[in-house]
Amino acid sequence: MKASTAERWLSLFILPSLNLLTAFFFTALILLITNVNPIEAAHYMIQGAFGSQEGWGYTLYYTTNFIFTGLAVAIAFHAGLFNIGGEGQAYIGGLGVTLVALGLSPYLPALIVIPLSIIAGALFGAAWAAIPGYLQAYRDSHIVITTIMFNFIAASLMVYLLVNVFAVPGEMTPASRSFPDDIKLWQWHEFMGFFGVDFDSSPLNISLLLALLCCYGVWFLLWKTRWGYEIRTVGANPDAAIYAGINPRKIWVLAMLLGGALAGLVSVNELLGVQHRLVLGFNAGYGFAGIAVALMGRNHPIGIILAALLFGALYQGGAELAFEMPNVTRDMVIVIQGLIILFSGAMEFMYQPLVRRLLWRWVRAGA
Amino acid sequence: MNDILTFITLALDATLRVATPLILAALAGLFSERSGIVDIGLEGKMLVGAFAAGAVAYWTGSAWLGLGAAMLASMGFALLHGLACITYQGNQVVSGVAINILASGLTTILGLAWFHQGGSTPPLVGAQRFNDITLPGADALKSVPVLGDFYANVLSGHNILVYIALLLVPFCAWVLYKTRFGLRIRAVGENPKAVDTAGVSVALLRYRAVLIAGALCGIAGAYLSTAQNAQFIRDMTAGQGFMALAALIFAKWRPWPILAAALLFGFLDALAIRMQGVSLPLIGQVPVQLIESLPYILTVVLLAGFIGKAMPPKALGLPYLKEQR
Repeated sequence: MKASTAERWLSLFILPSLNLLTAFFFTALILLITNVNPIEAAHYMIQGAFGSQEGWGYTLYYTTNFIFTGLAVAIAFHAGLFNIGGEGQAYIGGLGVTLVALGLSPYLPALIVIPLSIIAGALFGAAWAAIPGYLQAYRDSHIVITTIMFNFIAASLMVYLLVNVFAVPGEMTPASRSFPDDIKLWQWHEFMGFFGVDFDSSPLNISLLLALLCCYGVWFLLWKTRWGYEIRTVGANPDAAIYAGINPRKIWVLAMLLGGALAGLVSVNELLGVQHRLVLGFNAGYGFAGIAVALMGRNHPIGIILAALLFGALYQGGAELAFEMPNVTRDMVIVIQGLIILFSGAMEFMYQPLVRRLLWRWVRAGA
Repeated sequence: MNDILTFITLALDATLRVATPLILAALAGLFSERSGIVDIGLEGKMLVGAFAAGAVAYWTGSAWLGLGAAMLASMGFALLHGLACITYQGNQVVSGVAINILASGLTTILGLAWFHQGGSTPPLVGAQRFNDITLPGADALKSVPVLGDFYANVLSGHNILVYIALLLVPFCAWVLYKTRFGLRIRAVGENPKAVDTAGVSVALLRYRAVLIAGALCGIAGAYLSTAQNAQFIRDMTAGQGFMALAALIFAKWRPWPILAAALLFGFLDALAIRMQGVSLPLIGQVPVQLIESLPYILTVVLLAGFIGKAMPPKALGLPYLKEQR
């Protein structure tokens, strides 16, 4: 085995697996502390996530959200920016979706309103991300801080709009009125039924296809186009990019626009696909989980699909686990998520010196 | 006229209560960030502290033991942050995000497993809490207009942690600017190479700074569960850690301005509660959500350089590698 191949294996498979195993090990430990049998818990989670068509439906429905937010973090990361504002961008995206879905539906047919609504979701998310992007590029303010602040500002803004503008008189829950019946995406079982295949009903809808399309789009953009080349160059070395005639400021704003648009699409899955109205906090947690998804997926679309599937399975499996075992709540999923971000993200190089030494010994022995 | 005075007195009194955890957590962030370690995890460390204080105060019946437990628990999480950022040179923002998420999940799970009350700890009474104390002479001075009123109704009548927080501001300023340790902390956040060359361990200094941040976040957490409230409630920090981060940046990473920023943000919060449904002359009703998000908006505007310029420590967020030039 060549040394470069060994290094590739190390960073792509060995280290991520070890990190994930460490996270699961500590999860098991915490389960033991709370008097839960970890093996039994794992069984329920896997069964819940993949054991039935309905389980798969829910798993892939969550996966769809994680793909969007994972891509949103990844594309900014390739430009050297840390976008932790996916939470707010998804929320504001929902505003765009809702405004078009409610505002244009009396005048236009559903077949036109739905695509416009999707585009509005992406545009609103992009706009919300563009401000921190612009402030980073042209005013030198740190993107991490501004995107955090924008998450809170978005939350306040949406609460205000939901309570004062969209709220239906007489209703207790702050939510908009429902979209007209025909303004919604095809559910997966309807879609499969069209081809004569039976599939159990679940929140899964054709947004999944949109998410996969975005994965292909991001891959094509990043590795096959001039813009993608410029994004990666700026991310690798902004000073060198200037010498190559690239304007890093423009690229930073561009990367944030694209990332915001992708995060905004979470609202397409949630609002057009499932809720059919604007609700409070539909975005909760997906933006932050996107960081973990992007990290685990090594900022590559294929990796992001796999990591998103893992997180989708965790969410669905966790819900099922809480249902089956009275001692466990869905909060267990949050702990697992935190542990994965800690070990696969923050401490990703923990095992590197050790494993590299072992690997080199093995490579030399083989040569 | 008297109405307005009462309104102001009440608002200032509430301001101090809301500002206390912000002061403590922002001072925590001050040590961490001045040493070059980004601290997004203030929120999570506060939450862990709040939980530990709530649980231990309930078990032992002593608020002070609760405070100690809060500081230890929060320092445990700080150590984790240090391990990730200093020893393993991981991404500091990612580590902070992990700590926040982990704290939120873990406190709820342990709370449910140990107390079976929906993630809360049992209500605290008597010595299990930090109760309000009346400052000496407050009753006698009450009748003195304005100043006496201010002393008796704004300054007096808080719990001990409020005063500790207020005293910590000059103390932290002294440590940071007048001691050798403080000088080194500031140096390591600006130019770690120089500190290393002088024969001082960069890693050890940063670990100490991060642990101090943990201890201060622990006090902030204990304040939430055993002083301001009488129990731990799941996710009770509710963004106050991030608000403290905003205050830290708004104060341009300096101790005295942190006090001012925390008081300003606290005042806005107290105002937001009192402005609910109130119509102002000329302006009309100001949305509560706008006042609530003002701290974040102000911080963004400041960072963008429209009001002064906030310059973070130069080595902030960069792991220090000895071999690297």
